[in-house]
Amino acid sequence: MEFYRSQVLVCGGTGCTSSGSKDILACLKTEVEKRGLEKEVELIRTGCFGLCELGPIVIVYPEGAFYSHVKPEDIPELVEEHLLKGRILKRLIYHDAIEDDKIKSLNKVGFYAKQERIALKNCGVIDPENIDEYLAFDGYKALEKALTTMTPQDVIDEMKKSGLRGRGGGGFPTGLKWEFAAKQKNDQKYIICNADEGDPGAFMDRSVLEGDPHVVLEAMAIGGYAIGANMGYIYVRAEYPIAVQRLEVAIKQAREYGLLGENILETGFNFDVEIRLGAGAFVCGEETALMQSIEGKRGMPTPKPPFPAVSGLWEKPTVINNVETYANIPQIIAKGSEWFSSIGTEKSKGTKVFALGGKITNTGLVEIPMGTTLREVIYEMGGGIPKGKKFKAVQTGGPSGGCITTENLDISIEYDTLVSIGSMMGSGGMIVMDEDNCMVDVARFFLDFTRDESCGKCTPCRVGTKRLLEMLEKITEGKGTLEDLDKLEHLALEIKSSALCGLGQTAPNPVLSTLKYFRDEYIAHVVDKKCPAGVCKALLQYTIMDDPCKKCGICAKTCPVGAITGKVKEKFVIDQDKCVKCGACMEKCPFKAIVKK
Amino acid sequence: MKSIQELEAIRKKTIDNVNQRKDRTTTRIVVGMATCGIAAGARPVLLSIIDEVKKLGLPDVSVVQTGCIGVCRLEPIVEVIRPGEEKVTYIKMTAEKAKRIVDEHVVQGKIVDEYVMHVVDGKVVNDYTVQKD
Repeated sequence: MEFYRSQVLVCGGTGCTSSGSKDILACLKTEVEKRGLEKEVELIRTGCFGLCELGPIVIVYPEGAFYSHVKPEDIPELVEEHLLKGRILKRLIYHDAIEDDKIKSLNKVGFYAKQERIALKNCGVIDPENIDEYLAFDGYKALEKALTTMTPQDVIDEMKKSGLRGRGGGGFPTGLKWEFAAKQKNDQKYIICNADEGDPGAFMDRSVLEGDPHVVLEAMAIGGYAIGANMGYIYVRAEYPIAVQRLEVAIKQAREYGLLGENILETGFNFDVEIRLGAGAFVCGEETALMQSIEGKRGMPTPKPPFPAVSGLWEKPTVINNVETYANIPQIIAKGSEWFSSIGTEKSKGTKVFALGGKITNTGLVEIPMGTTLREVIYEMGGGIPKGKKFKAVQTGGPSGGCITTENLDISIEYDTLVSIGSMMGSGGMIVMDEDNCMVDVARFFLDFTRDESCGKCTPCRVGTKRLLEMLEKITEGKGTLEDLDKLEHLALEIKSSALCGLGQTAPNPVLSTLKYFRDEYIAHVVDKKCPAGVCKALLQYTIMDDPCKKCGICAKTCPVGAITGKVKEKFVIDQDKCVKCGACMEKCPFKAIVKK
Repeated sequence: MKSIQELEAIRKKTIDNVNQRKDRTTTRIVVGMATCGIAAGARPVLLSIIDEVKKLGLPDVSVVQTGCIGVCRLEPIVEVIRPGEEKVTYIKMTAEKAKRIVDEHVVQGKIVDEYVMHVVDGKVVNDYTVQKD
């Protein structure tokens, strides 16, 4: 194994390459060999750092010295001073990076410091499999306060005053939901935690369950006390094995400490929790389908009214809340509703956890106060778009949401403002898209998902999503017409107003929203038969450019379907009818003479 | 079954273990072990740290797993909190790097600068991909 005493990273991203990073690498190689350092210094070409304005960039380890605007002429001096003599070449160091670039604690980094971690308070801090660590940070103190000093109505009043709204996407006021259930007179009531988290790209709930399972147990016990339920169910999707395992450990430990079971904290209150596993159905995240699933039936939604709070699981009054909603509750009870309602905006109190995914630098979870703008989330906390690409749109709310474009980036994140621009908060999944994403393809992707997940009970959704998908596929294959666009919009609106449950009612949202903001892309697909982003395979053409082409014939040999014909040292041509758009020829061409348009 | 007083006693006893501020009395090493961490290879990192701490027989050092720290692409993440010191976050760890952290930072108090986050203009630069020609 080679042991290098130093690594030199040269940014090979598009930006730095066009400013000459290839020459820099070549110079480095020459200089390092000239001084006999090849066995001690490793030269590495990296992907884009995302700091294209500072390029060409060279970083030298182990010091982590960040050199910017480097030119090939600087290399001999750099190698001599830094690599040979160990002296950092100050004149090339990025001026802002001399003192502060080595940030030791995550708490100090800009993109972390701006967050307000309430639901994620314990995540990443405690050992989730040790109840003592949960207790140490005031765990189960809220339950103690509720059971020993508050009446069920006191608890409900606090929840109402806090302004907490459901974090699963619906945004219904939690206190109100609990009050409806509490008012029902019944010998048996239930409280359920919806941990199905079906939205593609969402993992907020998973992280809470894996990192802080006790917060859900404590919140459910508080809820049970408030509404008069002594039995709770946590419905977790089976695709989260670590979350299930951590929940099982937490339940066992809570029972051992008497925080679940009979006579909790000697107050006479009985409450216990059981886990129920999902089985891969997105529709079972819908509350009525979820309850059918717990009852052992096929997960198919039922009409509302009656609402679960009146008649739910086994027709008993039931409260169903999302994992993230529960994660906020113990702190609301312990610190008071005034503290919670002081965060956020007038109609949307508290914070929201977002799962950043897609074309964004800092993929992960961020928790921000309501009222933060999308621009801050994407650029400051998310670190912007990688590889120097341009932002195009962000999809919030997963397959039920709509896309938000540059013109709305400064909107304040709240339940109602997002709905007003044609999207929704949803569960918190945020998928960022750049110039290389085709919005028609995005709509097709989400429709493919919802059509697959439709339970089939009601005609608008069962047949409607299939027809929407067929039309979108027609368009992405270059067979669409302008009339199809009108049909698409008309059908989408019909489905929205007639489907039985939230899945069908919101499935057309990606279509309607992309049609509204990116109609030009649809028109390009339908009229010009072109995909501007270069994604829809059927609309792309691979062409051999005469100029760089050296007529070597490698492409013809590589083509798996024999679509390229020609003679060596003469012209080579791709037969578009035979071409299957696999791209193998473009990859193999040593002169980069084949383009995809 | 624990009474309210017993629970309060447990809280008081454990707070020193989990306290992330400078007034703690023992050393705590935290390894991110949510799905993001495990998928990135955190298990060998955790085992390597446990091994090294055991081998060196270090007193007053606890090694703990935790959930998602929030910056999933920088996993495996190891955080070291020593008495009187601010928390240090190491990113993109491997079993070998973790061993070095125990030997240099935990034992000798020398923070390993190479493995902390290098942030320039809000971007973490020591999280890079290697391009082959």
